[in-house]
Amino acid sequence: MSDVTNGHRSILVVGGGMSGLSAALEAAEAGLPVYIVEKEPYLGGRVARMNKYFPKLCPPSCGLEINFRRIKNNPLVRFFTMAEVTKISGVPGDFDVTVKLAPRYVNEKCTGCGVCAEAAETEISNPFDYGLSKVKAAYLPHEFAFPMRYVLAPQVIGTAEAEKIRAACPYGAVDLDMQEKTFDLKVGAVVWATGWKPYDASKIAYYGAGRFQNVISNVVMERLASFNGPTQGRIVRPSDGAAVQKVAFVQCAGSRDENHLPYCSGICCLASLKQATYVLDQNPEASVTIFYIDIRALGKYEDFYAKVQKDARVRFVKGKAGEISENAETGQVTVQVEDQETGSILREGFDLVVLATGMVPSTADDKVPAEVTYDENGFLLPAQPSAGIVPAGCVKRPVDVASSVQDATAAALKAIQAMVRR
Amino acid sequence: MEKKIGVYLCTGCGIGDALDVAALAKVATGEHKVPVCRQHGFLCGEEGRKLIEDDLQQGVNTMVIAACSPRVMTDVFDFGADKVLERVNLREQVVWSHPAGDEDTQMMAEDYLRMGLTKAKEMEPPVPFQGENLSKRILVVGGGLTGLTAAKEAAGAGYDVVLVEKSDTLGGYVKNVHSVPPLGPPYEEPQSFDVEALVSAVTGSDKIKVYTGAQIQKIAGAPCMFDVTIQSNGSSVSERVGAVVLATGSVPYDAEKLAHLGYGSHADVVTADRLEAMLKEGRVVRPSNGQPAKSVAFVLCAGSRDPEHLPYCSAACCVESLKQAKVLKQQNPDMPVYIFYKDMRATGNYELFYKQVQKDGVVFVRGSVTAVEDDGSGALTVAAEDVLTRAPIVSESVDLVVLATGMVSTASLGKPYKAQQPKEGEEELEVPADTILVSNLLNLEYRQGPEVPALKYGFPDSHFICFPYESRRTGIYPAGTVRAPMDYARAMDDATGAALKAIQCVEMTSQGKAVHPRAGDLSYPEFFMQRCTQCKRCTEECPFGAINEDEKANPLPNPTRCRRCGVCMGACPERIISFKNYSVGMIGNVIKTIEVPEEDEEKPRIVVLACENDAYPALDMVGIRRAQYNPWVRVIPVRCLGSMNLVWIADALSKGIDGILLLGCKHGDDYQCHFVKGSELANIRMSKIKETLDRLVLESDRVRFEQVSITDYGRLPQILDDFAATLENVGPNPYKGF
Repeated sequence: MSDVTNGHRSILVVGGGMSGLSAALEAAEAGLPVYIVEKEPYLGGRVARMNKYFPKLCPPSCGLEINFRRIKNNPLVRFFTMAEVTKISGVPGDFDVTVKLAPRYVNEKCTGCGVCAEAAETEISNPFDYGLSKVKAAYLPHEFAFPMRYVLAPQVIGTAEAEKIRAACPYGAVDLDMQEKTFDLKVGAVVWATGWKPYDASKIAYYGAGRFQNVISNVVMERLASFNGPTQGRIVRPSDGAAVQKVAFVQCAGSRDENHLPYCSGICCLASLKQATYVLDQNPEASVTIFYIDIRALGKYEDFYAKVQKDARVRFVKGKAGEISENAETGQVTVQVEDQETGSILREGFDLVVLATGMVPSTADDKVPAEVTYDENGFLLPAQPSAGIVPAGCVKRPVDVASSVQDATAAALKAIQAMVRR
Repeated sequence: MEKKIGVYLCTGCGIGDALDVAALAKVATGEHKVPVCRQHGFLCGEEGRKLIEDDLQQGVNTMVIAACSPRVMTDVFDFGADKVLERVNLREQVVWSHPAGDEDTQMMAEDYLRMGLTKAKEMEPPVPFQGENLSKRILVVGGGLTGLTAAKEAAGAGYDVVLVEKSDTLGGYVKNVHSVPPLGPPYEEPQSFDVEALVSAVTGSDKIKVYTGAQIQKIAGAPCMFDVTIQSNGSSVSERVGAVVLATGSVPYDAEKLAHLGYGSHADVVTADRLEAMLKEGRVVRPSNGQPAKSVAFVLCAGSRDPEHLPYCSAACCVESLKQAKVLKQQNPDMPVYIFYKDMRATGNYELFYKQVQKDGVVFVRGSVTAVEDDGSGALTVAAEDVLTRAPIVSESVDLVVLATGMVSTASLGKPYKAQQPKEGEEELEVPADTILVSNLLNLEYRQGPEVPALKYGFPDSHFICFPYESRRTGIYPAGTVRAPMDYARAMDDATGAALKAIQCVEMTSQGKAVHPRAGDLSYPEFFMQRCTQCKRCTEECPFGAINEDEKANPLPNPTRCRRCGVCMGACPERIISFKNYSVGMIGNVIKTIEVPEEDEEKPRIVVLACENDAYPALDMVGIRRAQYNPWVRVIPVRCLGSMNLVWIADALSKGIDGILLLGCKHGDDYQCHFVKGSELANIRMSKIKETLDRLVLESDRVRFEQVSITDYGRLPQILDDFAATLENVGPNPYKGF
């Protein structure tokens, strides 16, 4: 891109999920050098933990694999994992950025052989599975992890076990003295794409999430349904591991609720329709009930809604679930709802209740270390005070994967323009 | 290239413990007489890499690295594009997935090394294609909101743009709107939209050349070399451009077809765009008598979500109707306003707008409208059926009924293109056909048809969730409502994204690089025309319409349209299509280099042709999980299963290989093939293999096709073992030893 001559031509992309990867790759393939800064020890973000995408029911790893190959083949893309941006100062075309690297305790000599994990004894809660499973204290974040490099949990640092793990590695890749460190980057523009978090369903006290084992969130459902998840893909009741027959989805768990998230999270309707197919594909005898206010299946997603609607095993009940209670002995959970069809109060027991929890922008809690503007709910406004700091994806509004990629592509161009203008 | 080969055997990660490395080295130095063969216990470490670099100084230019999967350590083992590099996957696909110290495991490793050596010997570094008079200009077709935005954004990044608009003025639909739904917090009020500012930004830019009252008569050529003939004011001009953004938008669904909603029979039943025009004029009247409308009912999904009309949801009408209702309430807070809807689809922050409109007193009625009727006094009533209970609902009498008509893509307005019929005596090819609608938007001079192939409902959209800009015509990026129903805000984002894709295309193409998904690939297919029989298979099967035809029916490849999948190479019965580093002969020789034990050794051999994008990584995952699978298989990754040439199957069987397993992506409506129909084409070709098998007097069970996705690694061992069991039943290939 010959027009970009002044200042620094690099673009910093913060967040290595679907939006960040897309923004970085789309800019790099247009000829701009990019840096990706990702907080987790792997790239791929939230979608890496999902089983399938709606409406095609295809695996996220498929697109991630292509994106990782695009990174491997493109020398213009550099990335840092376990990294966070702590400071941004300057103007478009000339930003100074400070990046903080958390210690991985495993260096670039790691071959991914796994001997360290064999040497480790301590097991920690597996963050990739939202704590539903355990991993060794020396672990590969997940099977498809890119980069394919192990991590040592901070819990074991300073113990004899850590020494044992270090000694076990044939390649000198375990570095117990690794410290947190910071470094500076000079870049011309920043794309902020730190994505979203699921709304903490335990804040909706009357739904019992966190108290009742068989009330789970939709993101946990993705892990249950995934072959590389805690149950090897079997959808079971967390309380006793039993197969599920009767499953309920409670839509707008937090969303469209002035006490929680006043906005609509946009994706949960389709996510529940998709997860209904997971349940029924595994157990053709199962039944699914979806409690909803409106089914928001925009555009061609309507086809997917129509398909699920046609399935006699899926029942749609219009009404916002009021309360969920548990039979402590059987683990059965009962949903109480005012059925808008009949006007009567419905009480029905289920093996498993999935709360369709909404999206909270990561920027609601983790702010951009620069002067930027947010709306009341923590979303970054599309137009920012600095043309060189560009939001992309779910930090801007709650959207699905395709829209995130589309938005990230647009954000990449905005970032390029911010440098051209100088 | 004069090759000096170096073989580098890594003994780390368990490879040295599981295999007889000395014996492996003999395959290189003995059988293949490789001048340089080294071992190292940590090849990807500093010392290991230096070992290789030192040899490069001594003239080694072709490396066979037998270590981990080619999917990992790519940065460490990158020695530059001028070298030939072949990775032999001894780790994930041999020692991690097969027992250590086992004879079969050793044979597998030795075969893989032979195969890698054969491949390295035949590969040449690619020489990028360089076209002539390359253009980096972007053509934007359509001067509405999306087109104007795309033009402005591309110019803002420093690119020259040619904008072609059919009507005499720029602005499109948005030029006539009163306001747009809220674009920012607090999301409570409609906003005015300054279309004039956007138009002046475009007309005032010295980077943008605007043609109004103009149409695309013809687009010939390929990315960076598109020659566009524009008909403008009776004359024809030609422009050379590099890439295209298709932004011709949509039209409202034809309300004449909505007689059941009273359109046509009642003058006071109007469409949403008619109301918008009245709002803009500042006078909302009843067309029947010209008097101000004192009450209004909106009918949503007028045509949309209706199998008889538009089965899809038009995505923007709910919020657009909320906006119109809000404007009516702003003008007269006491006006009774009703909205009949099925589901109120106000996603994201539009939910806040919906709340506000509810607070403003608009009455929402959830029901399917069944009729709009005259109440006898000249006013109208809306009759509906409750969506859930089917109970009838009849509205109060209203002065005006507004139909929120859906969006119809301009790309869908055309008859299906009729492909050239085979001439007499020509065999008809069974190829999954693309839907190309003659919508008179681009008029591409492509043998496959004049427009971008359409997906369902005529939208020239991407089929890929992860890659929403992937149309099936390289360098042509549909954006805005031509590709999918969407609202204003989304269309502007979409336009910006499409502008970057167009920029990316011209940047990559001008360097001879492929665009997505093999982004950066410098190889391209070359045709040995002397042996071409004009069978048309390559032109028919290319999923991207890259190959045209001359008047003598010779294929005319357009390398800058090509995505380098190799489907043409797989299709060609004469084997005349090759890449510098990937060819029919090369893979054929890789197959022939596999050692086939004598029948009495009872060691069958299975060739697995695996899609390198999905099946191959899945096989790696089997290794990463340390699961085991059959040691008789020999996996050959292919760019796309569509690049599979049937001669490989014949080669394998005539050499005594017992069976061939093809692992490709899912095909059908929800296909996962990154090259659209490669896996489907492979399956079709395979179904025709029976003839070959009959000729060789072999059983058809020897060839099998399995659809696997990247996450199918749990079932892959079973798939391989099942096929091996089938082959044991069939018995050994009688061609062994010939």
